[in-house]
Amino acid sequence: MSLSPENARQAIPESDASESKDLPKVQIRGVNFFYGSHQVLRNVSMDVPALKVTALIGPSGCGKTTLLRCLNRMHDLYPGNRYEGSIQVQPDGTDILGSGVDPIQVRMRFGMVFQKPNPFPKSIYENVAYGLRLQGMNRRRELDERVEKALREAALWEEVKSRLHQMAHNLSGGQQQRLCIARAVATDPDVVLFDEPTSALDPIATSKIEELIVELKKRVTVMIVTHNLQQAGRISDMTAFMYLGELIEFGETNRMFTNPAKPQTEDYISGRFG
Amino acid sequence: MEVFPRTSSRRLDKAVETFMVWVLRAGGWASVLVTFGIVITLVTESWPFFREVPLIRLFQDTMWTPLFAQPQYGIGALLAGTLVTTGVALLVAIPLGTILAIYLSEFADPKFRDWVKPMLELLSAVPTVVYGYFALLSLTPILQKIFPDLPQFSMLSAGLMMGVMIVPYVTSLGEDAMRSVPMLLREGAFALGDGKLGVGLRVVFPGAFSGLAAAYVLAISRAVGETMIVAIAAGLQPKMTMNPLDSAATVTAFIVQVSLGDLPHGSIGYQSIFAAGAALFLMTLGFNLAGHALRRRFHRAT
Amino acid sequence: MQPEPLRTLQEGRARRRRAIDSNFRRLGFFLTLSTLGILAILMLNLAMNGLARIDWQFMSSFPSRRAGEAGILSAWVGTLLLMLVTASAAIPFGVAAGIYLEEYAPKNRWTAFVEINIANLAGVPSILYGLMALGLFVYQFRFGQSLLSGGLALGCLVLPIVIVATRESLRTIPSGIREAAFALGATRWQAVWHHLLPYSTGGIATGVILAMSRAIGESAPLITIGALTFIAFLPPAPLISHAPFVSVDWLFSPFTALPIQMFNWVSRPGEEFQSNAAAAGLILMVITLSMNAAAILLRRRAQRNITW
Repeated sequence: MSLSPENARQAIPESDASESKDLPKVQIRGVNFFYGSHQVLRNVSMDVPALKVTALIGPSGCGKTTLLRCLNRMHDLYPGNRYEGSIQVQPDGTDILGSGVDPIQVRMRFGMVFQKPNPFPKSIYENVAYGLRLQGMNRRRELDERVEKALREAALWEEVKSRLHQMAHNLSGGQQQRLCIARAVATDPDVVLFDEPTSALDPIATSKIEELIVELKKRVTVMIVTHNLQQAGRISDMTAFMYLGELIEFGETNRMFTNPAKPQTEDYISGRFG
Repeated sequence: MEVFPRTSSRRLDKAVETFMVWVLRAGGWASVLVTFGIVITLVTESWPFFREVPLIRLFQDTMWTPLFAQPQYGIGALLAGTLVTTGVALLVAIPLGTILAIYLSEFADPKFRDWVKPMLELLSAVPTVVYGYFALLSLTPILQKIFPDLPQFSMLSAGLMMGVMIVPYVTSLGEDAMRSVPMLLREGAFALGDGKLGVGLRVVFPGAFSGLAAAYVLAISRAVGETMIVAIAAGLQPKMTMNPLDSAATVTAFIVQVSLGDLPHGSIGYQSIFAAGAALFLMTLGFNLAGHALRRRFHRAT
Repeated sequence: MQPEPLRTLQEGRARRRRAIDSNFRRLGFFLTLSTLGILAILMLNLAMNGLARIDWQFMSSFPSRRAGEAGILSAWVGTLLLMLVTASAAIPFGVAAGIYLEEYAPKNRWTAFVEINIANLAGVPSILYGLMALGLFVYQFRFGQSLLSGGLALGCLVLPIVIVATRESLRTIPSGIREAAFALGATRWQAVWHHLLPYSTGGIATGVILAMSRAIGESAPLITIGALTFIAFLPPAPLISHAPFVSVDWLFSPFTALPIQMFNWVSRPGEEFQSNAAAAGLILMVITLSMNAAAILLRRRAQRNITW
């Protein structure tokens, strides 16, 4: 079993992007999720394409965040949670819900950005370097390079390069969220999960984050939970509509928004409920 | 190129995690071990005492003189001292503490409150031997001007001092409870034209009652278990009296008095202080559990 | 338009309420100040009776039959060493228990029992810790009437304070910080060690200071283990001149401590001994009150500095 991203990248040469684009990055098959005896996800199956932005939409309580948090096994942190089904991740095809899989290694492959910016009360530099340090990277030169690269990817480098060692809490809300994105991408994860990343931000900061997400998909697969339909329309390639724990419809965003196949999808998108 | 994550470091992380869970759990156990230590010591060391002294004599005898040649085991004589000093303390602490709690939560300027509350809490940080000193050498002479017959050691003086000591428990916990009563309830009464004190007494006080009751109960527990003030200022002579102007030993003062002397392991004196300790433990356990339950109920309600 | 009688009635009522309120406000303010005044009176009283007694001779002399020659050398050295034992017992176990209960413990009956147990422990009278130490440490473990027995008794006594402070301090850290660490692949211990502990040191330090200030003023448990004896010597030094250069002999030495020395002097007749008591009391008060003040300031600063 090879779970490390570096091994993965050796297995599939980066030049051969067409092949990795053809394979679905994440194959979700028949996933049920239980919180105690309460079933939150019902038989969810979907193929998340590589290097695309996939949006999860639906009314609150529909299970979209729950599904997202299955992907990096965050549910393992709390008692009483149970998964069924399988989630295979390419290129190695590991089933991350499998019993022998270490949830911590899964989390090292899936970056996550949360609803509220949650930088550590440490310096900007240490925030970005933390994930790298956890993976055993300690050499200063290497860390410096990777931190700069991640901050550039998060479009934050120019704003903070002169104050890398100041506290992250002095940044504005939007900058903090971009720092969290830098923190998530610094370790070169296979997939980055966004859980309503702009719900605590003002419109200007929101549009910056949205630009960033579109930019990110050139390099990494993105999944985003959003309660904002316009946002899903603006930035996603694929959209999944969930309702009451079930995946109602999944398809290309343009098609879903113009010509939904299911009546519930149409009702939700046209604002009749939700 | 190094491969990340390094599986070797991951294995080490896992080992550290397992090890630390055990270390931390040991900390949790330590607190339980302390309780077991107290209970087991009290039971085993007082066991011979209760084998020798039939329980009925604890309540039949009117004097507590386990060290005499003709011993008497009327624990009522000690309980009377504890009861009276606690009663006097509560007569000070409950009204004063409650008024201060209402004032601080409903009337006082928030800045003033944030400044005063920690200052008041200093009163419960004063070493109790200092209170004992003050009660014996300053308070008692003042009280003797009011009650000329007051002896040098009196439950009144010790009880009053103890009351001052436990005021912060009542005020602090009580004020927390009152402030967590939702503003909406107050506004309902203010909208009908009630004044601040009216709202405080008719809306906030009942709303916070189980929280306040918890504060009272915990204050009682403090007073029952307080040792140095009573040992210094209330006297060390067990006496079956309910008169606060008299001197009498409490359960705690008796333990101190016996400890001051030479105390061979296994003697009846040694056993008797563990018997007294067991009685004290049961009393305070009852109050502590009741206070804990009341607090839990209050937190669930708000 | 309301009828005239009702309006005058309302005005009267309103005026009365305002009067009641402002009277109560005055009463509350007066009682607050008088209660704080007691603290001031206590300090003044001790200072007036004891300040003159505090000098180098007082600090550097052993207790004596003659009040004028007596001092608190063995008492303050004893208190210092006791606190060393108390802190080394209470801090590691208390912080560990706090972390375990807040971050690790599953929600089950055992945990609920441990929590009730700690709540009760915090209210157990201090003298019962003394009885436990007497039965368990002094006789069962044969530590004798030593610094070790006394320090452990006080350590058990303040354990709940450290546990509660640790838990409260950890609880103020938002769950987003934990999730951020976990999402990057941290183990629970890494999240604790890299993040939660560093971010809660202010709160834990506050709790530790309060715990130590409580322990310094305690005398009942020490009297119970038989520490009220005439101690005119110092425990053996912890550092020695030959290998291995540290010695634990002092742990098993008999001792006295400041509050005990004060109690000893209070219970003696004679004004001279009483001014010795006042002097010892003044020193005790200054130590405990300044520790409490430090704790308050530390808590204020910790609250101001970190805004999540």
